[in-house]
Amino acid sequence: MSTPSLPLAELVRVVRKSREYHRLTDAIPYTRFMGIGVENLAGEMLCRMRYTPHLIGNSILPALHGGALGALLESTAIFELLLQTDTDRVPKVISSTVDFLRSGKAQDTFARAFITRQGRRVANVRVEAWQDDRTRPIASSHALFLLSEP
Amino acid sequence: MSDFSLPADQAGRREQLSVLFTEAVPHNHALGLRLEAVGASDATVVMPYADVLVGNPETGVVAGGAVTTLIDATSGTAVLAALGTFTAIVTLDLRIDYLRPARPGLALTAHAECYKVTRLIAFVRALVHQGDPAMPVASAQGTFMRVED
Repeated sequence: MSTPSLPLAELVRVVRKSREYHRLTDAIPYTRFMGIGVENLAGEMLCRMRYTPHLIGNSILPALHGGALGALLESTAIFELLLQTDTDRVPKVISSTVDFLRSGKAQDTFARAFITRQGRRVANVRVEAWQDDRTRPIASSHALFLLSEP
Repeated sequence: MSDFSLPADQAGRREQLSVLFTEAVPHNHALGLRLEAVGASDATVVMPYADVLVGNPETGVVAGGAVTTLIDATSGTAVLAALGTFTAIVTLDLRIDYLRPARPGLALTAHAECYKVTRLIAFVRALVHQGDPAMPVASAQGTFMRVED
């Protein structure tokens, strides 16, 4: 594991301007391990979790592990908060609720986060994940994040 | 997949589910999850600390996503224990409260209890701790569904 070249808060500020999102996702071991990256498609910030066999939860179907989908939803919310707001700390999840809507196939999965409320301390974020058809999400979540601590 | 019954004794249950737990579930294996115990309607799973699980490289704290996977896997196993058969189940929903920050460098242990099963639906509560169950890191509640052939 390589140590990040910049303190994370500084790296986030650089990436907000440069849009070299891989510099941020590469600095986080878990997102690298999960193959989660940030992409800017037609001006919209999405996350993509690249399919690898180690994401499978049910080998017989096969289907992605529910935990892997939960991880994508949560990472997407965190990157949305880090890159679209001016918080200078990695937001901490307080609670999250995930609905699993359809089984995830053995292929890349996309997710998009929407900040539904941003207060001084707490943000509410809604996230949807899909594969082939964005109008048929495979999982969705709503979560609370702590933006700063006293 | 045809169902088969689990043995009544705890050691036999653990042995039979352990194999399926990692061999049939590549993501459990990838995260290093280990099935420690299976009871009549509960399960205990350990996730050893590992560099790849870190969500904040400055603090070394494990990513919430990895905790989600630990809870989902433990809860699903508790459902199989309560049903007494190895059958196909899916997670319908999962709610997690993060009660205190996980300390870096320490394993996380999840204990899940399936407290109610109906013909199709199973309800589970789970707690995650780092050695002291009285000081949980996370608390969760989930709903699972049996997938009929």
